[in-house]
Amino acid sequence: MSFLELRRVSKSYGAGPTLVHAIQDVDLAVERGSLIAVMGPSGSGKSTLLTIAGSLEEPTSGEVLIGGASIQAMSRNDRARLRRRTIGYVFQDFNLLAGLTAVENVSLPLELDGLSAKKARAAGMAMLEGLGLADRATHFPDELSGGERQRVAIARAVVGERHLLLADEPSGALDSTNGEAVMRLMLTACKRGVAAVVVTHDAQLASWADRVVFLRDGRVVDQTVLPPSPESFLEESSPSSPHR
Amino acid sequence: MSVRHAILALLSEGPKYGLQLQKEFESSTGEVWPLNIGQVYTTLQRLERDGLVESDDTESEGPQKGFHITDAGAEELCSWLNTPPDMTSPPRDELVIKVLSALRVPGFSVHDVIQVHRRYVVELMQQWTRLKEDESDFDLSFALVVDAELFRLDAVVRWLDTADGRLKRAAAEPTTAPHGPRIARRLVVRR
Repeated sequence: MSFLELRRVSKSYGAGPTLVHAIQDVDLAVERGSLIAVMGPSGSGKSTLLTIAGSLEEPTSGEVLIGGASIQAMSRNDRARLRRRTIGYVFQDFNLLAGLTAVENVSLPLELDGLSAKKARAAGMAMLEGLGLADRATHFPDELSGGERQRVAIARAVVGERHLLLADEPSGALDSTNGEAVMRLMLTACKRGVAAVVVTHDAQLASWADRVVFLRDGRVVDQTVLPPSPESFLEESSPSSPHR
Repeated sequence: MSVRHAILALLSEGPKYGLQLQKEFESSTGEVWPLNIGQVYTTLQRLERDGLVESDDTESEGPQKGFHITDAGAEELCSWLNTPPDMTSPPRDELVIKVLSALRVPGFSVHDVIQVHRRYVVELMQQWTRLKEDESDFDLSFALVVDAELFRLDAVVRWLDTADGRLKRAAAEPTTAPHGPRIARRLVVRR
């Protein structure tokens, strides 16, 4: 069963002559343990799709199910709890709180969910250690590099038992090495059973995904077919001569 | 990729046999580009003829015959490494020609043509990226080759995305059309 499912989801803004269809009749299913990339140009509806999938915004029509439960049928409190416990968000500009250290940023969602400060901090530290950031734990965001900030943001998104990771252009302005590190972290989360969606216009980032869905003018127009194993690909693609 | 110069580069480390050169060439390109032994010997013969390598004095031919680089060979290698490849003329890219051709075919959606190619290239990129997933099984030469391939394919996707957007805008504002022939003329002059 899919952990995240969008069924004929549409979102419109405005009315009459100013009506804009941000996304239309989008179907999307994401299994646990899989990483899906949504690719499309600016204005294609990528971010709207992500905010609706993360229950940050209501669809105009259609249904969103997380863990088999319809978000629309949930109370306000249940939805808030779902966002705190189940969904992790990663944004292009990191969205770390400037007044908190790295470990405080990571442990914040657990504290907000009622965990004691001590336990939350221990979990935050363990997460940062796992990402090779233990020595940066007490640094404030403005003392971290761009790559470190995004790794802290990913740590915050997956700390606890979060099952759904939603990332909007997570490599943002990072260079390709740091972008790759970000995608490796997302894949590691997927291997633990997290379902992940990354929206991006960057093909190199999208190519880390199990499946790439193409969005154009708010509609899903195409998707990649699951590629065969790397070994078979290399055998087929090797030219008979190295001359290129 | 120049086999000739790649062999000179391998010989710059010290004298080597033909079979050894074949194996080292393949491992230095992450085994992405296979090279047959016949091609190694043909290349070595030409390099010897041009005075860029010398063979051992021994009478033995075949796998036991060793080669070393000459001073002229080292000079040629240095010159090749420091000379950028010719990138001044736009290549006759089949993909570009297909997209330009699709514009002329009545009833054909150029955006659909672009998407077919975009999906294909992204699928290729997914396969190259899978090869990077296991870092422990990823040597430096192979990493560089895979990166090069990913950046090359990424450039294709970027061009397709830009073409898609440009055509969409052009359809909305037909006044941009007259610029087309002027760019085309300039490219012809540069060839």
